Amino acid sequence: MSLLTAQGIYAGYGEADILQGINLTVGANEIVVIVGPNGAGKSTAMKAVFGLVPIRQGRIEYVGEDITNQPPERMVARGIAYVPQEANVFPSLSVLENLELGAYAIAGDITPRLEKVYEIFPRLKERRQQQAGVMSGGERQMVAMGRALMIEPRLLMLDEPTAGLSPRLIDETFERIREINALGIGVLMVEQNARQALAIADRGYVLASGRNRHEDTGAGLLADPEVAKMFLGG
Amino acid sequence: MWIEVTQLFINGLLLGSILALGAVGATMIFGVLRFAHFAHGDLMTMGAYFALLVVVSLNLPVMVALPVAMLMTAGLAVGIDQVVYRRIRRVQPVILLISSFATALILRAVVQMIWGSSNQVYATGIQMPWRIGPLAIKPDHILIFCAAAVLVIAVHLFLSRTRMGKAMRAMSDNMNLALITGIPADRVIMWTWAIGGALAAAAGVFLGMDTRLHPVMGWTLLLPVFAATIVGGIGRPYGAIFGGLLIGCAMELSTLIIPGAYKPAVAFAIMILTLIFRPQGIIKGAL
Repeated sequence: MSLLTAQGIYAGYGEADILQGINLTVGANEIVVIVGPNGAGKSTAMKAVFGLVPIRQGRIEYVGEDITNQPPERMVARGIAYVPQEANVFPSLSVLENLELGAYAIAGDITPRLEKVYEIFPRLKERRQQQAGVMSGGERQMVAMGRALMIEPRLLMLDEPTAGLSPRLIDETFERIREINALGIGVLMVEQNARQALAIADRGYVLASGRNRHEDTGAGLLADPEVAKMFLGG
Repeated sequence: MWIEVTQLFINGLLLGSILALGAVGATMIFGVLRFAHFAHGDLMTMGAYFALLVVVSLNLPVMVALPVAMLMTAGLAVGIDQVVYRRIRRVQPVILLISSFATALILRAVVQMIWGSSNQVYATGIQMPWRIGPLAIKPDHILIFCAAAVLVIAVHLFLSRTRMGKAMRAMSDNMNLALITGIPADRVIMWTWAIGGALAAAAGVFLGMDTRLHPVMGWTLLLPVFAATIVGGIGRPYGAIFGGLLIGCAMELSTLIIPGAYKPAVAFAIMILTLIFRPQGIIKGAL
């Protein structure tokens, strides 16, 4: 059974629908990447799935259960974690406090979870007393992903995790995402660095003007001459 | 001269700790709910009169009445939020601000209706100050200062050690991310009001012990309380404590050079200077 299924999603902020009938699926243990030009509705699609943008039509299922338009609190409780593109840490809180709050919904001892996150991001253990707001962009991204992992999600949603990072950090981030996926966590992400993202993806979607344009395996999309020409910059 | 300065400094610390207790609550409410709570001064008044109620009806010392008054005011603050502010939370913050102004007037009128508008005190008679060298310190002052310090430490422990305290700081840091993280906003808001109300009550009781009780006692302190929150950086509890002490000392020490009637103007002046030159608050970092 697929982890997440979105069918015929119409959603938007004001009067107009930004998403005009989007379909998405994420299988258990898959990395799925959404690419497309600016304004295609990639981030909106993520937010709609997570209950942050009202869905006017369509249905979202998570492991077979209807989760359409449920509040983020419920998404977290079900094991879906979301990392927004910007402002994704609590700047005045320490790294440790950021991680602890990630597990707010979890009763009981969170130390094993913390250790797991530190295993993936050893840098966070070194800097756990550091205030998140004064860290570098790459480190903040680690804090944000670490925070999301604290609920031990089955589905991790990442909105442009490599935005604004140096090439070296971009490579490292994709490497970490593969490691996270190897733990059995499904990943749905929006990426501007489309070629690199598709290279690690099981499947990818190309969105344009709020609609599905192409859909294939990561390698398939990379090999498609039309996709390459229109969306991957030649 | 130095004796006078030291004496005023001591008075300033006393006033400052009262302001700090008010300011911590006001700044936390601002941080979590994004509006300046104009009824905060009147919550202080309410707290002072709740303590008077306990002192008079049960014939207890005021320090025993303090926790009762804090609990009652915490309940009142949560109740006001549920009845008034909660309904209008989704609209513009300015509407909340104006309703809090109305709430302030209602609270003051209630105090006047129940307890009358004349001055009242917790204990009659004159408390003889202790003479420490040339300085005069009333035993009540020491009591107030110690109790305020205990409360400030308690707030610090709450904010830095407990899950709810951290959630409160997180909400004030980044509301949207708190929501995404699954922090239950409604519960955090309730706790914010409870703690803000309890601290306001303590400030009111201490003010009443230091001077006397009257229906506008809290209202007249609202401006310096807001000044303290702004000086400390709006939404930052540790800044508010520092801001309170600074404003309190500045207000008292100003009487060396200008008439005492201008004390509130000193707070106002510091607030305006802060807003012009360091609107993020005068201490560095995100305390």
